[in-house]
This record gives sequence, structure tokens and C-alpha cells, in this order.
Amino acid sequence: MITIEKLSKRYGATTVVDGVSMEIARNSLTVIVGTSGSGKSTLLRMVNRLVEPSSGRVLIEGRDTREEPAHLLRRRIGYAIQGHGLFPHRTVAENIATVPRLLGWDDARIRARVAELLRAFQLDPALYAGQFPHQLSGGQQQRVGVARALAAEPAVLLMDEPFGALDPIIRAKAQEDLLEVRQRFGTTIVLVTHDMDEAFRLGDHVAVMSEGRVLQYDRPAALLTQPADPFVSRMTGMADRALRLLALIPAGEAAAPGADGGPEVVSTATLRDVLSELVWRGVDSVRVVDPDGRPRGRLTVAAILARGRP
Amino acid sequence: MRSLANVLRAAALAALLAFLLTPQRFARLFVPFTQYGAPPIYDQGNLLTLALAQLGTVLVAAAASSLVAVSLGILVTRPGGAEFLPLSRTLVNIGQTFPPVAVLAVAVPLVGFGLRPTLIALFAYGLLPIFENTIVGLRTVPAAVLEAASGMGMSARQRLQSVELPLAMPLILEGIRLSLVINVGTATIGSTVAAKGLGEVIIAGLLSNNTAFILQGGLVTGLMAVLLYDALVGLERRICARARIE
Repeated sequence: MITIEKLSKRYGATTVVDGVSMEIARNSLTVIVGTSGSGKSTLLRMVNRLVEPSSGRVLIEGRDTREEPAHLLRRRIGYAIQGHGLFPHRTVAENIATVPRLLGWDDARIRARVAELLRAFQLDPALYAGQFPHQLSGGQQQRVGVARALAAEPAVLLMDEPFGALDPIIRAKAQEDLLEVRQRFGTTIVLVTHDMDEAFRLGDHVAVMSEGRVLQYDRPAALLTQPADPFVSRMTGMADRALRLLALIPAGEAAAPGADGGPEVVSTATLRDVLSELVWRGVDSVRVVDPDGRPRGRLTVAAILARGRP
Repeated sequence: MRSLANVLRAAALAALLAFLLTPQRFARLFVPFTQYGAPPIYDQGNLLTLALAQLGTVLVAAAASSLVAVSLGILVTRPGGAEFLPLSRTLVNIGQTFPPVAVLAVAVPLVGFGLRPTLIALFAYGLLPIFENTIVGLRTVPAAVLEAASGMGMSARQRLQSVELPLAMPLILEGIRLSLVINVGTATIGSTVAAKGLGEVIIAGLLSNNTAFILQGGLVTGLMAVLLYDALVGLERRICARARIE
């Protein structure tokens, strides 16, 4: 759905993004991860033309993004940034209504959409619609920022370090919310971060960038098992790569038939969580059940360990 | 504290209005400042008319300075206008550092006596605070807010109108207030080139060695400046509250 073709950005003699090509599938959540100065933000900002490419092009649904004026293109693409960038002189509802207003939606439709989004982000419209950004907590501000980005039902949502300013607990919650929102609205999300944990947690595809190039663009597990470059291994971390790999596999998927004893774990837990539970309880196997209680089979230490290597 | 300030404000306004409407009632207060039976109250013109004329001159000049200074401030904070910043700043600074009296001296041969040279002097003198406050106001809009506005798909004009100017408004209004108040006092010099105003009263006092006239011109001007300052602070609060800016 998003096709990036040989995209480059040069400022004078320095090349910030160097001939990047990638295909981003519809409804996927792609994370671009890299150190600061790797060009990841610039790459993202070239998608909605906040930065104009020096060469190469971007196609969205097969359409060249340069076919229309940049500000009209941006109204079709959601954009959420670190530090949320909410308009301090506008209420929460007015902030969320920004793009719908630019698009000329009628008032009733805007009101309905704002209420729907506030509820989707667990903010009671009666309580929060009329508040100003400075009256909200950091986590709430961030949620309003994402709600605003989604207001006009964009097919694509770009996020630049959206959770960078949040403390770990609120960040984990915000990440969960994002996965839910994506399920609910079916948005294609491209997210930039420097945090590998976040990349593994959220991305179904991860692109590792360094010095303006994409070193590897793959499923998270493949970054661990078949790193294309020593830098990729360094970024993903050598010491805990087995645990990272286990953290990518849900228990339900690894469960083998059988119904022996042992404590119960939910099938959506990752193998890493299950292993931790086994170590903690001092047992060799667990029973895996679906969230609704249906048995899915059993998992043994040996079976888990076998999944933790390429 | 608030109520005390309000009482003082009302008292000052009442005193000013009473004096301007019925100056003769205050004649006895000013007798000690006169010599040889000279008139204690200015008698060569209506004080109220002069005060209003001065206020009108200042407001017209401030409207012109605001329009020019705010436009210039917007221009030099746009990407395409940044190169005009040093030039604009120099011009505006000259307007402030060139003494208004000197401006009058230069302007009179060009535009003649009366209101016009005074307006030019006040206009030039009032630019600086508005210009600098506009720039600071526009520059201190947080970068993330600007980035979000562009990222949402606002055009440059929409961004300026609905994000940058509302957020810069408190500082811009403050600049206009400073400029206005400074010019209420400065406007008295307009009388040296025959513009109507309270300067006339002061000059008459100086010429006839009548301290009462000088005091009347000075006090009325001073009270007007203080009350105007106060009124503008209130007006700013109201405008900012309506635009909902903290």
C-alpha cells in the first residue's frame, strides 16, 4: 500500500537518507528503528512530505504523493509526534476535530467522530471534550494526540517517537492501546522509534536503519535469527536474543496437544512470560488455555527452549 | 487588593472626567500656582476637546504602527522573509532612537504643520515594542505545535491564522499597549507644530510663566496614560480569555 522507491534526502554534502526502497503492506504495523541521526525520522517525514525528497518517490495505493499539494496529502495521512504537539489554545474536542474541520465535515459528523475517538481512548467525552491540553496528564495528552491523528479516518498513520516522552508504565499502556486501535480501525501504521523493545513489541515488520540506509527490513524474528548485518545484531542485542525470540511467540501457537497437570497460562501470553512462570513456580510444564477458558494443550520447558534458537 | 485597585481606578477616572468637564470648579486648587492674577485654569481652548484630540492622535498612530509592525513581524518570521529581519530591525530601531522632536523637525518641511507630522513621529516611535513583541510571540510557539499543525495538513496561511497568531496574541497586545502608553505622553510635543493636544496647555504655561497651566497639561496627560494602560490590560485579559490562551 505504501511503496517507497529509491528515496534519498541530501542536505548539501551530507546524505541523511540514502536510496531507501521498501514496501509497506496494508494494515501492517511497520516500525523503523535506528539510533539518532540514522535518518529514520527524515524517512518518515518524506512519506507525508514534511520533508521533500531529493530523489526517489513515494506511492500510496499506487498514487505518487507528489500528485497533489503537500498540505492536501497530509490531511489524508495521520501524524502523531513525540510531545503530542496539541494546540494549547484549543479544547480536546477542538484539537481532535482539526483535520475533519480542514476537510469541511459537518458539525454533527465531527461531534460523533470526536466522541467515538475519545471513548476508544478511554476518555469520557462528557468529562474531557471541553478540557484544555494543559489540564490533562501526560498519558492523556498523548492519547489525544493519537486520537487527533486518527480523526479523519486516515488509511495511513505515521508516528514519530509517539511514546518517547512517557514513563515506562504509561508507555506500556499506550503501546497496548495502539495495538487495539489498529485492530479496531484497520489503519496502516508506520512508527519510528530508537527503542528496540518497542519495535519488537509493536512491529509486525521492523526496518533497522543506520546512516541513512535500511540494513534489514523483515519480520522481528528474522532480525534475531538471520541478521543481515552485524549492526542489526548489535541493535537487537546479543545477550538476550533467545529471550527476545521467545517474547515474539504466543503460548497458544507453541502449545502441543495434551492435558497433563501443571498451572494454567493464558494462550496470549508469550513464551518468555511462560518460561518465567515455570522458573518461578519450579514446575516443568503448564496447561495453556484460551482467554475464554478453552484448553489449548500443554507446554514443557524443553518445548519452550527449543523455540528460543534459530 | 483587587477592590482597592478598582476604587483607585474609579476615583482617578472620576477626577479626570470631572476636571475635563467642569475645569472651573477646580480653579481654587490651581490659584497658588499662578502669579500676578493670571488665570488659574487654561482659558485659550476647551480642555476636554484637547484631551480627546490627543487621544485620537495617539490611537490613529497606534493603529498604523500596529498594522505595520505586526505585518513586518509576521513577514520576517516566515522562511522567505528571514533575510529582511536585520533591515527591518534597523529601521524600527531608528524609529525608536530618533527623537520624536527631530522627526517633527524633519517632517514639517515635507508635510507641513499640524496633525500629519505628529502622526508620523508617533507612528515611528511606536513601532519598536510592537515589532519586537510580535517576533518573540511568533518565535516562542512550541516547535511541536508547529510541526503538528503542518503535519495535520494546515496550509501556511491556516497555520498562521489559527495557531501562530492566537498563541502570539498576548505578547502582541502587550507590545501595542506599551506603544500606546508611551505615545500618550510623547504626543504632547505635537503642539510644537500646531497639532491639537494638551501640549498646547503646557507650552502656554511655559510661555506665560504660568505653572498652573503646565500642571494641568501634565496631570491630564499622566492620568490618561495610567487609565489607558489599565483599560488595555483589562482588554487584553478579555481577548486572551476569549481566545482561551493562558
